[in-house]
Amino acid sequence: MTEPLLKVEGLKKYFPIRKGLLSRVSGHVKAVDDVSFYVNKGETLGIVGESGCGKSTTGRMLMRLLEPSEGKVFFDGKELTSISSDDMRKARREIQMVFQDPYASLNPRHTIEKILEEPLIVHGIGNPKERKKKVRDFLEIVGLSSYHAKRYPHQFSGGQRQRIGIARALMTNPKLIIADEPVSALDVSIQAQVLNLMQDLQKELNLTYIFIAHDLGVVRHISDRVGVMYLGKMVEVAVSEKLYDKPLHPYTQALLSAVPVPDPNFVRDQILIKGDIPSPSNPPSGCTFHTRCPFKMDVCTKIVPKLVEVEPGHSVACHLYGEQAQQ
Amino acid sequence: MSKLEPKSTNVAPQTDKVAGPWYEAWRSFKKSKIAVVGAGIVLFFIIVALIGPWIAPQGINDQVLANRLLKPSREFWLGTDDFGRDILSRIIHGARISLWVGFFSVIGSVVVGSILGIVAGYYGKWIDTIISRVFDIMLAFPSILLAIAVVSVLGPSLQNALIAIAIINVPNFGRLIRSKVLSIKEEEYITSAKAIGMQDIRILFSHILPNSMAPVIVQGTLAIATAIIEAAALGFLGLGAEAPLPEWGKMLADARVNFINAPWTMIFPGLAIMLTVLGFNLMGDGLRDALDPRMKS
Repeated sequence: MTEPLLKVEGLKKYFPIRKGLLSRVSGHVKAVDDVSFYVNKGETLGIVGESGCGKSTTGRMLMRLLEPSEGKVFFDGKELTSISSDDMRKARREIQMVFQDPYASLNPRHTIEKILEEPLIVHGIGNPKERKKKVRDFLEIVGLSSYHAKRYPHQFSGGQRQRIGIARALMTNPKLIIADEPVSALDVSIQAQVLNLMQDLQKELNLTYIFIAHDLGVVRHISDRVGVMYLGKMVEVAVSEKLYDKPLHPYTQALLSAVPVPDPNFVRDQILIKGDIPSPSNPPSGCTFHTRCPFKMDVCTKIVPKLVEVEPGHSVACHLYGEQAQQ
Repeated sequence: MSKLEPKSTNVAPQTDKVAGPWYEAWRSFKKSKIAVVGAGIVLFFIIVALIGPWIAPQGINDQVLANRLLKPSREFWLGTDDFGRDILSRIIHGARISLWVGFFSVIGSVVVGSILGIVAGYYGKWIDTIISRVFDIMLAFPSILLAIAVVSVLGPSLQNALIAIAIINVPNFGRLIRSKVLSIKEEEYITSAKAIGMQDIRILFSHILPNSMAPVIVQGTLAIATAIIEAAALGFLGLGAEAPLPEWGKMLADARVNFINAPWTMIFPGLAIMLTVLGFNLMGDGLRDALDPRMKS
C-alpha cells in the first residue's frame, strides 16, 4: 500500500470541434480537463459523475484506447503515455477492461471459448491445450459452467454475458481492471450478483479496480475510495465512508442528497441544484460548478479551485475549504 | 486460483447442440420455399456444368451439315444450329462457361473490393477519400459500357470478359464492405478487442471481416446473376467468348440470322440464361432474408 499501482497526473482530453468547408478547428470539447488521481494496489477506486462528465473518457485514456491530449499515466512504475503503441498493446496484458454493455462487447460470431481464448493467443500465453483448460477454469470461476464454452453469446442472459466479459478481462492475469459501468445495463438483482462476484475475485486474485459508474449506491458498495467528477474535472476524492458521511463539495452534497433512502418516514433534506450541466465546449470560468452552486462566492467565478487535501484521505476542489477560504 | 470454488450455475444443463449463426441462417433460409427452389435451380446448373462432358449427347463442335437447323426431335432434344451442332450439348457446355465466368468474376471483385473497402473503412482519412472517389467515378459509368471499354483495351476473349466484369463489380463490393466496416468498427466488441491488446490486423481479419460477410454473400449471389448476363451480353456483342466456344450469349448472337425459321436456336440458350439468373436471384433474396438480422422477428 505504499507505492500506488496507478498514478494519473494532469490528464486532459480535448476533442476538437471542426467547422466549415476546410474543417477549421473552432473550439474544443474539454471532455476531461486536468484530472489527477492515484489507485493503490488491491483497492477499488470508484469514479462517479453524471453522464458526459468525462468518467468513461478517463477510463479509456488510461488504456490509451483514446489518446490523451495531455498528462501522464504511471502504471506500476512505467509511464504509459509516452511508450509506442505496440508496447502499449503489450502492456494491456496487465490492464484489462470490463465494458458497460454485455450485449455489444462480445463478438456475436465467436463462441465463448474463442472469445475467452483470444487474449491468451494475442499475448502468446500457453499452448492450445493449456489455453482451453484455462478457459474452462475461468468459466467456472465466474459462475458459469465449462460446457458453456461451445455456445454463442446470444444464448446467454445479460448477467451471464457480463460474467463472460469479466472472465475475458481476467484471462491474462491482469493487475488492474477498469470497469466502465459494468452493471448499469443489468437488472438490479443481477447487479448485486455481478458486484459480489467482482469483490470475491478481487480478494482471491488481489486485483485493483477502477470502477466507473453513475450509481452512487453501487459505487459505495464496492469502492474503498471514491472520486466525484463534474464537467471533466475531479471535484472531490475521499475514502468511501468519509465521502458518503460528510461530503464537502456542494456538488457531492447535492448528488448524495438525491440518493433514494429505503425508509418511508425519512424526511429528505434534498439539495436541488438548478439548471443544466454547462456545455463542456464552453465551460464556465473559475470553478465550473459556480453556475449551479448554492454557495457561490466572488472568487468562484475567477479562480479555478485546486484539488487539495483538507483532511487525511479527503481532497476537495472548492473555495469553501482549505487555504483558499482561509485567506 | 484453485482456491476459488466453482460457483453454482444458473443455467439448467441442456443438450449440447450448438446453434451457431450460420446454422441459424440455414434454418431460416430453409423456411422460404422460393429460395429453396432458386437454390435447386442453381444446384442443377452447377451439377450440369460439372458433369457436362459426360452427359452431353453429342460433341459440342460436331458439325454435321446434313443436320442443319433441325427441329427439336428425339435425336436432337433441343434441335440443331446452322452448322448442324446439337444445341442441348452446347447449352450443357455453356453452363460451364457461364458459371465459371459468374463465380470467378465475382470472387475477383469480392477479394479486391473487400481489401479496398476494408482499408478505406478502417483507416479512413485521405486513403478513404481516394478509394471512395475512384469508386464514385467507376459507378458513374453504365456498367456494360465500362466493361466494353475494358475489353476493348484488353482485347476480346472470354478471359478478358471475365476480368472486365470483375473490375466493374469492384466498387459495388468495395462500398458495401466499407460501410459495413465503418459501422462495425464502432461496436464495443472491437473496442474490447483493442483493450485485450489485439493487433490491428487480427482485429480486421478475425472480428471485422467475418461480421461484414453476410451482406457480401447476398450481394455476391445476386452479382453472379448479373455477371452471367454481362458475360452473355459481351458474348453477344462479340467481345467475350469467341467461336466456336458454346457461350450462351454468343449462341444467341449466332442465332440472329436464323431465328425466324429456326426459333429454337435462340429460345433455348435464352431460356438457359434466364433460368440460371432467376435461380441465383431467388437464392440471393432468400439469403438476404436469412442473413439480415433486421428481417428477423
